[in-house]
Amino acid sequence: MTAAVEVKEYPTEPLKCWEQAKNLRKNYYEDYLHAHEKGGLRWAGGAWSFSSIPAGLGEDVYCITGEPYGATVAFFKDFAAKCHDATEAAGFPRTLCAYMRNYWGSILLDKYILTDGTVVDGYPPPDFIWQDHICCSHGKWYQLVKWLEQKRGKEVPMCSVDVSVGYPSDFAPEEDYKVNYIVEQLSDGIQWLEKVTGRKYDDGLLCDAVWNEMKATSLWAEVCALNQAVPAPLDEKSMYSLYVMGTLMKHRPECVAFYETLRDEVKDRVGRGIAAVPNERFRVITDTQPPWGFLKIFREMEKYGAVSVGSLYTFGLIGMWQYQPDGSWIPKPMPPRKPQTRDEALQAIVRWTMHKPEWAHFYEPELKTKMMESIVKQWKVDAVLLHYNRGCEGLSVHIAENRHGLMQAGIPVFPFEGNMGDERDFDLAGTMARLTAFFESMGLKKLRE
Amino acid sequence: MITAGVDVGAKFAKVVILKDGQVVARAKALVGFDVLKSASEVFETALKEVGLSRNDLQRVVATGMGRNAVVQKPPINADEAVSEVVSAATGAYHIIPTVKTVIDVGAEEGRGIKVEGGKVKDFVINERCAAGAGTFVEAMARALEVKVEDMGPLSLKSANTIPMNAQCCVFAESEVVSLIHSKISKEDIAKAIHDAIAGRISSMVLRVGVEKDVALIGGCALNPGFLPPLEKELHTSIIVPEFPEYVSALGAAVIAANPSR
Repeated sequence: MTAAVEVKEYPTEPLKCWEQAKNLRKNYYEDYLHAHEKGGLRWAGGAWSFSSIPAGLGEDVYCITGEPYGATVAFFKDFAAKCHDATEAAGFPRTLCAYMRNYWGSILLDKYILTDGTVVDGYPPPDFIWQDHICCSHGKWYQLVKWLEQKRGKEVPMCSVDVSVGYPSDFAPEEDYKVNYIVEQLSDGIQWLEKVTGRKYDDGLLCDAVWNEMKATSLWAEVCALNQAVPAPLDEKSMYSLYVMGTLMKHRPECVAFYETLRDEVKDRVGRGIAAVPNERFRVITDTQPPWGFLKIFREMEKYGAVSVGSLYTFGLIGMWQYQPDGSWIPKPMPPRKPQTRDEALQAIVRWTMHKPEWAHFYEPELKTKMMESIVKQWKVDAVLLHYNRGCEGLSVHIAENRHGLMQAGIPVFPFEGNMGDERDFDLAGTMARLTAFFESMGLKKLRE
Repeated sequence: MITAGVDVGAKFAKVVILKDGQVVARAKALVGFDVLKSASEVFETALKEVGLSRNDLQRVVATGMGRNAVVQKPPINADEAVSEVVSAATGAYHIIPTVKTVIDVGAEEGRGIKVEGGKVKDFVINERCAAGAGTFVEAMARALEVKVEDMGPLSLKSANTIPMNAQCCVFAESEVVSLIHSKISKEDIAKAIHDAIAGRISSMVLRVGVEKDVALIGGCALNPGFLPPLEKELHTSIIVPEFPEYVSALGAAVIAANPSR
């Protein structure tokens, strides 16, 4: 039922760079598909892998990152259901990472999906796998890909980098032995890349890619920081389509250029008071990946004048930040100079990446609660929506403890169960009903149907 | 001021008519496939009881799972719909002004609501499985071949404790069947069933915290076998108000009387 409540209406307008974002993403998947036709190389790995390292093999090296591909599959629910059937028929349980199952399902079906939902026959196998280990699923994911490709008659060499060295403090230098542990693996990895591809490695391209990656991830943080404005210039549902570039191609110049354009446009929106949600009166943040097949829950929130201004996930999956002594966050400042040698580049990217906010809670749940509290304060947030995401063990680990910590800090929390990539684990009607109850308990009435 | 609250639940529709803060009529009936028709019949029954018509009611507020089916639809023409959580908290607070924790167990859902001054502070609802709700007792009554209304009194005859898994309604039923085959008495099984529901509800309610006064409302509050194990699990005394199944409808009627709340 709608209520006759007077709510301030802010001006709103579509993002000008929206089409550019769509095209970048579309081209990314098509480039991977057609890489061999252009004499290029294909590699596969996670969105958190050190993607600037394979960039030293040449400018015609294209990757497919697993999690965003799994999310793309999830968005097209019919194809996702076929992928689930295929993985379950192959004996994999539905309790495993949903992105991983979507990805494996796509290989098992031998079909590849593009961003407009077009399903192409023949899943394009990678020439090599370049992955990192941050959670158990990331560790096993590509071991299975290698095995699945082997069954299809394709030998895919794999290299995986262990990054589990703990989360460093923002107020002290990174410990050298931890940095060197990862740097040495990357250094060995470069030799391995030369061996498996037969290509000569170009350190100049590596330095460019590392510098691009640092810029892109700092720029995305700048964009997110602008969302502290009231009204918020961006809503999280739109941000999902924007942060994704950092999960696909954070090391590429196109990504840097896009984030510069986006940052300037969002800055302009803030200056002119342009809102993402015109009747904004309640600000929330979410947590972890959303149930991709049910993004309509964000539209439902807007009916109450509620806008999700982001999340630790959206800000920190790719965005790089730096804690200030007062507990606030700022986009991580760029180092004073671009790396000039292989060793400088490897040292720089490892020291940079170790501070990835979304890695923190793999080590300690209280770190995540603290980060969320900072976001609540800085982004002027009224409540937190916690997705108990059955599809991602990694990002939902400790989530009930986070709820407890936030509640103790006096922050209203709405937990809901779901799955980012498997619609069978999400109850839309039940979640909508609970969301209504939550907003009513916050004193909000629906402004429109 | 005369208002009405219509609670269209998963199993029953309940109507409360409130005149100047006092309940003047109550009615309930099973909800059939045609939700609007079932709710309308109960609504008309309640009106008839006090010789009123819809035009005599200043406002009507709907709540419950099927609430949207009766908003602005004749003959009920509810003016507004509110969630079960808010109506349950409002109704319980209207009856027990000292209430801080409301446990609402209906046919399909169990809820724990933390209340402060009549306002919802936090809440939790069971997800997906009916193992912590009235439907579970019904299913188990069928397995034991006893009437559902006899389940509570039957359970009170037992002093034995038999651990039972009530995480899933379907698996719990197979466990009951195993107990039957093991020649466990119906009284003991009935108690095990109530202990299991109480365990499930209490673990859910503890997520929002339990603070006195605690009220138990909803259709399951009519079951005498449910209260003792729940009090034991939560280590607290629990108040069951008169007509506990009408508390949400009452809350909706109270909300209808206070549109600017």
